[in-house]
Amino acid sequence: MAGTILYGENITVDFNGFKALNGVSLYVNKGELRFLIGPNGAGKTTLLDVICGKVSPISGSFIFEENIELLGLREYQRARIGIVRKFQTPSVFEQLTVIENMTLAHKKNKGIFSSIFNKIDKKSENYIYEVMERINLIDKKLQYAGLLSHGEKQWLEIGMTMLQSPKLLLVDEPVAGMTGSERDKTGELLKDLAKDMSVLIVEHDMNFVEKFGERVTVLHEGSILCEGSFEYVRNDQTVIDVYLGRGAEEDA
Amino acid sequence: MENFIRKNLIVIFLVILASVVLFLPIYYVNLFGKYFVFAIIAVGIDIIWGYTGILSLGQGVFFSLGAYCMAMYLKLQTGALPDFMVWSGFKSVPYFLSLFANAWFAIPMAIILPMLLAVIISVPIFRSNIKGVYFSILTEALALVFSLVFIAQQSYTGGSSGITDFQSLFGYSLGSSDTIRGLFLITAAVLIGIYLLIEWMLSSQLGKILVAIRDGENRLKFLGYDTIRYKVFIFTLSAGIMGLAGALFVPQIGIVSPATFGIFFSIEMVIWVAVGGRGTLIGAIIGAIVVSGIKTFSSGIFPEGWLYILGGLFILVTIVFPGGIMGIWKRYKVFEQVNLDKKFLKDLNEEK
Amino acid sequence: MTLDTFLSLTTNGLSVSSILLLVGLGLSVTFGIMGVINFAIGGFIMIGGYMVYVVQGIIFAHYAGNDSFAIFLLALPFAFFAAGFIGFILEKSLIRFLYAKPYESMLATWGVSLIFQQLARNVFGSNNVVVNTPVMLSGGLHVIGGFQIPYNRLFILSLSIVAIVGVYCYLYRTNSGRKIRAVMQNRNMSACLGIPTGRIDSFTFAFGSGLAGIAGCALSLLGPIGPSMGEHYIVDAFMVVVLGGVGSLAGTIGGSLVIGMLSPYLEFITTSSMGRALVFIFVIILLQWKPEGLFVLRNRALD
Repeated sequence: MAGTILYGENITVDFNGFKALNGVSLYVNKGELRFLIGPNGAGKTTLLDVICGKVSPISGSFIFEENIELLGLREYQRARIGIVRKFQTPSVFEQLTVIENMTLAHKKNKGIFSSIFNKIDKKSENYIYEVMERINLIDKKLQYAGLLSHGEKQWLEIGMTMLQSPKLLLVDEPVAGMTGSERDKTGELLKDLAKDMSVLIVEHDMNFVEKFGERVTVLHEGSILCEGSFEYVRNDQTVIDVYLGRGAEEDA
Repeated sequence: MENFIRKNLIVIFLVILASVVLFLPIYYVNLFGKYFVFAIIAVGIDIIWGYTGILSLGQGVFFSLGAYCMAMYLKLQTGALPDFMVWSGFKSVPYFLSLFANAWFAIPMAIILPMLLAVIISVPIFRSNIKGVYFSILTEALALVFSLVFIAQQSYTGGSSGITDFQSLFGYSLGSSDTIRGLFLITAAVLIGIYLLIEWMLSSQLGKILVAIRDGENRLKFLGYDTIRYKVFIFTLSAGIMGLAGALFVPQIGIVSPATFGIFFSIEMVIWVAVGGRGTLIGAIIGAIVVSGIKTFSSGIFPEGWLYILGGLFILVTIVFPGGIMGIWKRYKVFEQVNLDKKFLKDLNEEK
Repeated sequence: MTLDTFLSLTTNGLSVSSILLLVGLGLSVTFGIMGVINFAIGGFIMIGGYMVYVVQGIIFAHYAGNDSFAIFLLALPFAFFAAGFIGFILEKSLIRFLYAKPYESMLATWGVSLIFQQLARNVFGSNNVVVNTPVMLSGGLHVIGGFQIPYNRLFILSLSIVAIVGVYCYLYRTNSGRKIRAVMQNRNMSACLGIPTGRIDSFTFAFGSGLAGIAGCALSLLGPIGPSMGEHYIVDAFMVVVLGGVGSLAGTIGGSLVIGMLSPYLEFITTSSMGRALVFIFVIILLQWKPEGLFVLRNRALD
């Protein structure tokens, strides 16, 4: 699992003259658990948006794996090559049952005719059951997703992302609104996932980052301020000035 | 067996209804032929609106294109130059229209042309990510544009009076009651066939994907689905169904005019589905028949009142009964349904 | 194309734009603030038109042959308040159930417009009625050569300029206008800050309906008044909203200028129906380039 999976060069995003990202370069290794931190408005979520195709930059390039240029691909095409986004608020299909949600995520061939004519095979079905077992929703598989609790929806969505077998998983504030033990459980799960894929996480919670972050990238006002281990980043004077100093006060 | 009956209740109902109607006086056969055409339209609207959440206010365009194809065939098959072409000084039928003298060209075209138009219109609109009410407004504008163009191109389309005065279809006189009964049976068969086809399609993964587009299109994109292609597909399928309905409409009603292109008719179609209950094919079919039935009935006794009734239906179904007839039915049945789900779950768990 | 034709097409275009602007303003703000698509707007246009007819009728019955321009001016506030009042009642009785339900509001208000039309037929008969164009507005202003700008079109143009300046000053210069904009941008936050959102909604809806009533008056100068006079304009008025972007004053002005000005030129070059078709195609092409509308700022909160 060595090598780089994502090369981002000189990304600039412009919202009516406001540079949300200003010449950002980002490299993510295979099998890495990378955290993106920074104050509000630093451009963290925008960076995820650019990678998954929700926002297009005015300049720059993103190379995925060896030679796939991401910019120019539509959202679904990026999802198909293994870039998967887990949104901050759980967004599951409320009018479909748990198992239907899972099946939609897992389906290999996402074309129209396959969706009409192909039935799901036994192997995939077993795998879906396995994941449902793992996210503790097996008993609720026939329930409409809209009837699940907030936590259950989060887990359903995590299950759906797992079923897509991503190569690069983009996660936006996974532990917001979770209790302490839920945070640890989620952290372990993400760490576990990073064995098979690269995980890029936007997070505000410094304790969580300290506990699980191998490499940390700090964004500030649309530019990269500093990058390195959590220890290294924490002792960087500029980071303390613009971010950690304030963040510590907020957390206190 | 019980499950089979429940699943095909509407088919059984339609078969019984059709057999009863067949022995009624010819006026009613013709009337129900029209209702069944409307039911086909309602199915076509329900798959895009009820399931996929795309509200088109221009479905009348596709219906009318199909209808004009059929009307052109009925008019040209005799070889005589239609009166409206004579009046505009044509010596012979223009080449591209003369093709419609052949049934093997005209009838497939009644389905293909609307589908082509649907692709041409919907690809740019969906690609630029225009959705929701913006799509509805653009399709409404499409309806207006088409009705104006068909009125203006009088020499080709018969202008605002349309095309009428058809004699026969495949050698059967359109005035004879046997032909009317035959057409009614064909319409009933097409309705049942389309219902079964769509029901089968929706029971596959496609049905779930369409619902997912309705509930969270962006999320679905990030799952790797090309939602634009799905939307174009379902919109085009709907247009094809509209065209087929149009082709069945003309020989039974005996006239086609730009009125069916217009906004009024297109929006009226939507209300059939809303009254029956969007998102259920059965509701769409029942809604079309019930609303058209009310229209016939009220026009008979109180012609000026129809618009009040129709307007009231629009308001009632959006504010008081959002689920339509099927919604009322479901609300009544909801307790039974919950118990059923529990039992189903229990059985499944024991099985595992 | 001669200079005369060009000028006359331009004045036609400007007056059509003016009418679309008056109608589109109400639609755009109503959609922006409540998430309601108001298809009944055609009905309000019609109410405005019939108010001119009614006011003229009443006054002529008492003072035959008086200055009709004064009567027309008198009809304007009547139309504004009649349409506004009916709009207010409609908002209180129906529209408030339809907030943030664009599809449902579209269908329900279409139902309302059907009822309006039938009511008009029952009250005024199904035939169109004619309003006397005031003598003062029947001539034209000589510009170059033989060309003159008809006074009635000039009047319509100034009417909409007055309206837009008024709306602008109201929205951007007064306290209650600021509240409207606040509700448009963030309803919950505004409610938390103590802005009476319910009252703002009713008022805005009534105001938009009133503007449509004024548009109806303006239309009475151009053609006959009938039960379905408004329906000819609603499609174009909504295209203005789609093209300009929702809730943007500049967008509504820009959208109405594009659609109102394009139609007469294209209709002149081709035919009247082909012109309409070309405008439609043009709008779809423009939306390829700017899907959220021509005048909407790009931001993060797209959905």
